[in-house]
Amino acid sequence: AEVEETLKRIQAHKGVIATMVINAEGIPIRTTLDNSTTVQYAGLLHQLTTKARSTVRDIDPQNDLTFLRIRSKKHEIMIAPDKEYLLIVIQNPCK
Amino acid sequence: IGHPEIFPLVFTTKTQEIFNCRVDEDVTEENCFKLIKKEDIVQDLKTRAAISDFHPVKKVVLEYPGEELLVVFDAKFEYGQNFYLVASEEAKENLLKPPETTKEKEEEKEEEDREATLEVHPYKPPVHKPWVSLGSEKEVEEESVKDTVTKIKYMISRVRRKFGAPITFTDKNASHVKDSYVECMSYQDKTFSIKMLEKDVGIQMVPKVREASTQTKWTYPKNAATQYFPRQLSDEEEEECLSSEKLKEFLTSVHLRMEIALQQNEIMNAFFDDWKALAEDESSSGGKPDVYLKAYQLFTDLRYLKDRTISCVCWHPTIYGIIAVSARQWLSYEEQVNLSDKSLLQQSVILFWSFFDPIHPQLMLECPEDIYCFQFSPSDPNIIVGGCISGQVVLWDISQHEEKLQNAKTAADEIKMTAVNMVNASVLNILQYNSMSGPSLMQVQQSSTEPPLVRYCTISSIQYSHKKPVTDIHWLPDYSEENQMGATFGNRAEVCVELVTCSPDCSILFWDIPATKLPEQPSSEKKKEEEIFNMPPDVPDTLKHLDLCWKPLIKINLCESGINTEYGPVRISLRELHYHYKTSEKVQSLNTLEVPAKDSPRTEMSTPSSKNLKALESISTSFFVGTEDGEIVYSKWKMEIGSDSAKPHTQKYTIHTETITTIQRSPFFKDIILSIGGRNFAIWKEGVTNGPILQSSCSAGRYTVGQWSLTRPGVFFVGRDDGNIDIWDLMKKTHEPSHFQDISKSMIAFISPCIASAKQHFLAVSDDLGVLHVLELCQTLSHTLSNEHANVLEYFEREVKYLKHCEQEFQEYQEFQAKTELK
Repeated sequence: AEVEETLKRIQAHKGVIATMVINAEGIPIRTTLDNSTTVQYAGLLHQLTTKARSTVRDIDPQNDLTFLRIRSKKHEIMIAPDKEYLLIVIQNPCK
Repeated sequence: IGHPEIFPLVFTTKTQEIFNCRVDEDVTEENCFKLIKKEDIVQDLKTRAAISDFHPVKKVVLEYPGEELLVVFDAKFEYGQNFYLVASEEAKENLLKPPETTKEKEEEKEEEDREATLEVHPYKPPVHKPWVSLGSEKEVEEESVKDTVTKIKYMISRVRRKFGAPITFTDKNASHVKDSYVECMSYQDKTFSIKMLEKDVGIQMVPKVREASTQTKWTYPKNAATQYFPRQLSDEEEEECLSSEKLKEFLTSVHLRMEIALQQNEIMNAFFDDWKALAEDESSSGGKPDVYLKAYQLFTDLRYLKDRTISCVCWHPTIYGIIAVSARQWLSYEEQVNLSDKSLLQQSVILFWSFFDPIHPQLMLECPEDIYCFQFSPSDPNIIVGGCISGQVVLWDISQHEEKLQNAKTAADEIKMTAVNMVNASVLNILQYNSMSGPSLMQVQQSSTEPPLVRYCTISSIQYSHKKPVTDIHWLPDYSEENQMGATFGNRAEVCVELVTCSPDCSILFWDIPATKLPEQPSSEKKKEEEIFNMPPDVPDTLKHLDLCWKPLIKINLCESGINTEYGPVRISLRELHYHYKTSEKVQSLNTLEVPAKDSPRTEMSTPSSKNLKALESISTSFFVGTEDGEIVYSKWKMEIGSDSAKPHTQKYTIHTETITTIQRSPFFKDIILSIGGRNFAIWKEGVTNGPILQSSCSAGRYTVGQWSLTRPGVFFVGRDDGNIDIWDLMKKTHEPSHFQDISKSMIAFISPCIASAKQHFLAVSDDLGVLHVLELCQTLSHTLSNEHANVLEYFEREVKYLKHCEQEFQEYQEFQAKTELK
């Protein structure tokens, strides 16, 4: 229930197109998009997050990745990584 | 002092006197010797003891063996003192004698030497002494040579006569006589031959090198293609994951970051390029080449469109370059009133034009009567509904001809139009993907070069349709039940199955299209084969059963109960009618899925009436209606349970003086409506009840039709009765059109914009002469400016505020008036 609430709150933000929760292996757990798109996003972003995290830690092993934002022409993908899960939110930031 | 026998003495004068060795008297340099008796010395010693000059040599004197001691006068102080004592006899002798002898030698040197020496040393013959052996006899013995062996004596004699006889020599050959000589022949002595067992030999070896190569066939596995599918969690695992503690913790820790990021984006667009925006503004204002509509193509048909006005123009939602027009007889007012008496002399059609063939229409839809308006179904562009002059609703299905329409480009060269082979077409419709197979399969020759005529599938029942011409028809997007449940995700089944029509007979009708209507190839194929001889060719079987008995679902009578006025709606605008044809791409893909997938939304609607009622409930119940008399009615309708009719609550506005020709919602703002009628137009905002946000001034000519631009929020096109098109840009000027262009000679009947591609935006304009002009919008008209949406929104809000302000002022004024009047 708390989980639902938090996700709903995030989804209710202005401009949010989609929200996704992915586990450590890249398998989507919760999503607001259709299956094929979700799976595609999950696979690609999971790899990217792993790469980004390994980059940060290579440079400084004490450091760790806290947030990843990808800004594209049409919208912005925000990824909050954790040890076991990944929270992905796609937002359209323009007014 | 090198002489141990010499003792230097000092003789005092007294001593010299005693011993008669006074210097220069007794003893002189030449006669320096003095012999002194030992006894005298001893006597002296005794008498004088310590002061005696002989005291230091007392011991020597006492030990002196002789009788006389020699004292020598040392004139030259050789020994350090003037006298010295000679301690030994021999030395005495030597001293005494040798000086004499040397003296004598020198004297007698000239004389015979031998005699002198002989005289000095009297010759003593050696005395025979016994020989003492010292051991040298042994050595002598050893060295001496002695005979060890007695010598053997030989006596050799020879006869005497042989001695001294004359000898005669003869020659003799040595080799003749045996043994005359002895040879010592050489022979190989074996002891000196060494057998060589090992020999060192040098060898030169050159390696022989040869190059060779072979070609092998190395087969290695290479990945040609990989087929994979994504891993997914099963439902239980998902449930488990969702309820796990870890997920909760994760979300609590993460959501804050996410919200901050989201808020950041909401507050400000960090990547806004100010320079770029400035450039755009620059380009749009000042010194810009003028806005224009470029004439692209012109379509007209002499046969069908002569003396007709094009009542409605619709672009094909998916296929590029296909546009459909419906034509109707141009009727004067009296004729329109007496419509029921009118009989059709000329068959009315809906023509399909393609860009690639401006002369021949691609398709013709047969209409029972003149069509006032028609629409493509957004979910399936092969379904077309039209409203007739008679008040009926007609439906066509052109799925068979879709191929042809899609291949209009390739078929444009061929003048012969092909009719459709029934069975093949149905198969083809399943395989909509491979459009390349089109022309070859459709080569059924027909004698005529006419475009194929498609008869309508269904027409509504006369009894239940409108009594007057159907002036407006719209599709409603389908709201299926799935939406209510939050758990399932996925596309809404956007299959449109509902229509709304309105007519000046004061009613609005909602129609639905039951499930079996939409083309479902497998079952209908069978049917087709059965009835292939009964049905006229080229007509799909769909909804045959509804033909002439199609009933509307809901009927709304627009009459106010109290005032008993009736409104004759000419145009209607419901809130949900705002749908973009862009979604039809998605829908198209829906169509190409396997048939079972299509079944699901429709099987739910097996009981049409009840379900549809429910669906309609979810539609918002407010709508705008433009009436024949020029009123704008804004109303809500409420369903009375059990009855099919609803009673509206209305708000009406009388701004326009003549029949409303257009009511259209802005594609960008759901609550902004454009209404056009008579000599002016107005922009309304839903919810603002005071009046229109913007109202144009009366213009010289009449506005006949208008449309919002699809890409620019503040732009709309208005057609006039003198053949001009006014382009209004709300951002530039609100009191007059920003641009106008002359398109045609006669009245503009309909405008329809279309976005064909990113670069090509078209505007289809039809006029009273039956000509369809297709114009291309220039970039300024098609390109959205940055922030235009926001600006236009702001403008509208400003207007609303202004309106409120005016209202307030008016009210205050009225109050003030009232007060002053009372006084």
